[in-house]
Amino acid sequence: MKLDAKIPAGSLAEKWTKYRSTMDLVAPNNKRRIDVIVVGTGLAGAAAAATLGELGYNVKAFTFHDSPRRAHSIAAQGGINAAKNYQNDGDSVYRLFYDTIKGGDYRSREANVHRLAEVSRDIIDQCVAQGVPFAREYGGLLANRSFGGVQVSRTFYARGQTGQQLLLGAYQALSRQISTGSVEMYNRHEMLDLVKIDGKARGIIARNLLTGKVERFAAHCVVLATGGYGNVFYLSTNAMGSNVTAAWRAVRRGALMANPCYTQIHPTCVPVSGEYQSKLTLMSESLRNDGRVWVPKKLEDAEAIRQGKKTGLDIPEEDRDYYLERRYPAFGNLVPRDVASRAAKVACDEGNGVAPTGLAVFLDFASAIQRYGKSRAHSAGMHNPNKETITKLGKEVIKEKYGNLFQMYEKISGENPYEYPMKIYPAVHYTMGGLWVDYNLETNVPGLFALGEANFSDHGANRLGASALMQGLADGYFVIPYTIGQFLSKEIRTPKIETSAPEFAEAEKAIETQLQKLIDIKGNQSVESFHRRLGKIMWEYCGMSRNAEGLKKARTMIRELRDEFWKDVFVPGTVDEFNPELEKAGRVADFMELGEVMILDALDRNESCGGHFREEHKTAEGEALRRDEEYAYVAAWEWDEKEPKMYKEELSFDNVELKTRSYK
Amino acid sequence: MKLTLKVWRQDNTQDKGRFETHQVVANEHMSFLEMMDVLNESLIAEKKVPVAFEHDCREGICGTCNMVINGRPHGPQKGTTVCQLHMRAFKDGDTIVIEPWRATAFPVIKDLVVDRSAFDRIIEAGGYISVNTGQAQDANAIPIEKDLSSQAFDAATCIGCGACVAACPNGSAMLFTSAKVAHLGLLPQGKVESSKRVQSMVSQMDEEGFGLCSNTGACEAECPKEISIVNIAMLNREYMSSVLGSKVTV
Repeated sequence: MKLDAKIPAGSLAEKWTKYRSTMDLVAPNNKRRIDVIVVGTGLAGAAAAATLGELGYNVKAFTFHDSPRRAHSIAAQGGINAAKNYQNDGDSVYRLFYDTIKGGDYRSREANVHRLAEVSRDIIDQCVAQGVPFAREYGGLLANRSFGGVQVSRTFYARGQTGQQLLLGAYQALSRQISTGSVEMYNRHEMLDLVKIDGKARGIIARNLLTGKVERFAAHCVVLATGGYGNVFYLSTNAMGSNVTAAWRAVRRGALMANPCYTQIHPTCVPVSGEYQSKLTLMSESLRNDGRVWVPKKLEDAEAIRQGKKTGLDIPEEDRDYYLERRYPAFGNLVPRDVASRAAKVACDEGNGVAPTGLAVFLDFASAIQRYGKSRAHSAGMHNPNKETITKLGKEVIKEKYGNLFQMYEKISGENPYEYPMKIYPAVHYTMGGLWVDYNLETNVPGLFALGEANFSDHGANRLGASALMQGLADGYFVIPYTIGQFLSKEIRTPKIETSAPEFAEAEKAIETQLQKLIDIKGNQSVESFHRRLGKIMWEYCGMSRNAEGLKKARTMIRELRDEFWKDVFVPGTVDEFNPELEKAGRVADFMELGEVMILDALDRNESCGGHFREEHKTAEGEALRRDEEYAYVAAWEWDEKEPKMYKEELSFDNVELKTRSYK
Repeated sequence: MKLTLKVWRQDNTQDKGRFETHQVVANEHMSFLEMMDVLNESLIAEKKVPVAFEHDCREGICGTCNMVINGRPHGPQKGTTVCQLHMRAFKDGDTIVIEPWRATAFPVIKDLVVDRSAFDRIIEAGGYISVNTGQAQDANAIPIEKDLSSQAFDAATCIGCGACVAACPNGSAMLFTSAKVAHLGLLPQGKVESSKRVQSMVSQMDEEGFGLCSNTGACEAECPKEISIVNIAMLNREYMSSVLGSKVTV
């Protein structure tokens, strides 16, 4: 199979504008006759469904949640990037493009990333018009902050709840289209199969989660905006329901999974506290604007802290190792996520961890509190403020900036982060890999599109902070509404797709059989226990650092686990009722197949880049060592029970020079 | 810590439902939902049907989780969703009563799971600003006073969990509806259609079978996002002026 990315000709800066102005259109009278299925209602899905509805298509939108507003985009905290240059600090479309390409460790497509940077500006305009209450300055204009891997302030934010506010904007736009009838909304419906007719995506099989009924839905094309697969690790910052099932079922029907081994491990999460733990909680990257990361220099201090005999406050300044500031003076605490995460792992591996498990580092706001306190005292006209006043004022400023995050931390950990430094550790957060798509966001299956985290396209091997929201909304509001026309303009003569086609019957039957099979195994182990074991294998061998030997071992382990699952899982209840355990069983089964492909991809990629760190390939200083000559390609995997097969899309870089990423 | 749980079990909407008693061993670092996971794992080990409850993000923002714990929506801690509630809020030997949201407009689906789709329909009735993709002007074209924007933000933090309805003796959805009316009505972008918005949202709210507001304030006390009942006053003023007054709104 030859993978054609369909990148338009022309200079980088003009590609999208020219392409958009010359691409095929679907006339309004024809749009009314065309059905589009959108699966997933997060930022990408809700934005796409709303916009396609506005344009006049008949949209059917699906979510497994009880409401479109529950999608996990809601949990994004820190912000959304846009090349507005409102701060006059030298930002531009090119700079955002360049930062994203570099941040992604030169493993993404230039043309896609440039388009993303271009439309980033429109997103902010659109969201403000929808009523998204972004942070503002006293003059009433929009405020910005900085994020990791970047030296300008281009991140727009709504306190620590940016994802929530953006999703509510998209949800409201979607609700408006539901009310006009242009979007038909199916809540509590989970997509379980993709239906192809004559090679084209023409519908889905979905299970009504309330009644358990398996139902058929037909359309001229199918758009998947179903998020990432971080929960393959069991513990992650993803919501409990986030899963790979819709995307994976498409893979089982022939779509390719691209770069599945690129996983983002976020450096600042609340550390694991025990075996019962069900998920991990992120502490926004924005905290690294003001928090300083450190561990004790002396092993005995670290030991004393782990045993509860000392706290961070007992360690004098000279005995602290602010290792990010020491190792990366140019970016300091604001190095990109992959770099910060690995540095934390190194510190803990060396025995300097500060939680009872040994797996945590400090994120300390004491100096920021002093700095802000002094500045606020000065603005209030206090000339000789004492230390208490400064600390009090400084804490007030920190509370204004990060209040909800500090509160969340205290609820989880039971420790007051205004008094004691926070303890943090990296956790799985985002997956850069996803369904392979071309420039039109169309997969290798004609008529099947993938948006947002569900596709692989824009973040290369590492995503920069505040870029996920940008990409989800870019794909949904400003890319797919145009590019879908490239496919649909050729379908205007296609009559309504009927669910009576034999392909629907076949797919429906297969799904019903699989669901019944899960119930009928009647084994002895819970779905949860399998998921937990899968997560341990993935984290141990395919997590923050990987090596060939471990990966090979993990592949065998995962295959054995899969066999055991299909022999010994216990799923209570029946198929034809509301049955959350059955839903989970199907998702875990899919994760176990995906896990194998992630391992194969990590094994194939015999280099280190971004979130993928192969222990065999590092510099003398322990940094990731890329091998551009051999590995500047996208690896797209075709599923096969016995031996998944890989296809390559070579990446070419005509506008940026491939350099060793340095944040020193 | 050893706990006794009295959990509401109900097979479906038609079922009358009953309390079931279970013993659970938990520790204080667990979240309340992780304690429920422990219960369910033990039920599954006995080949029984686990307690159905809804949850997703487990960090207090998606609004999916909903349980009445010892008579209080989301449990004893102020400004906290069930998923953020940790077991350190309880003592060894405690008996904990766990029930679903109870309101006419939120029928029980199974055990602790209720149908909150009425909230979606209230938003569909007008909880938006009518702007199509691509129609927006530059984001900085309309300066908005910081405090006003912040006030709108406070209303916009509603997570749509429905605790306000569960807490209200009348089963009213006034806090939910007013939070959206206030969020959009306070901003210049949303003012344009505020009269129409408030009328259609209120009429949808009535149609869904939510009760009337009698200013008990229980909604504000139990709201995990601490949304103020000032929003209800704002809705009332906006509603009155849209029905009786001139075109000038708040």
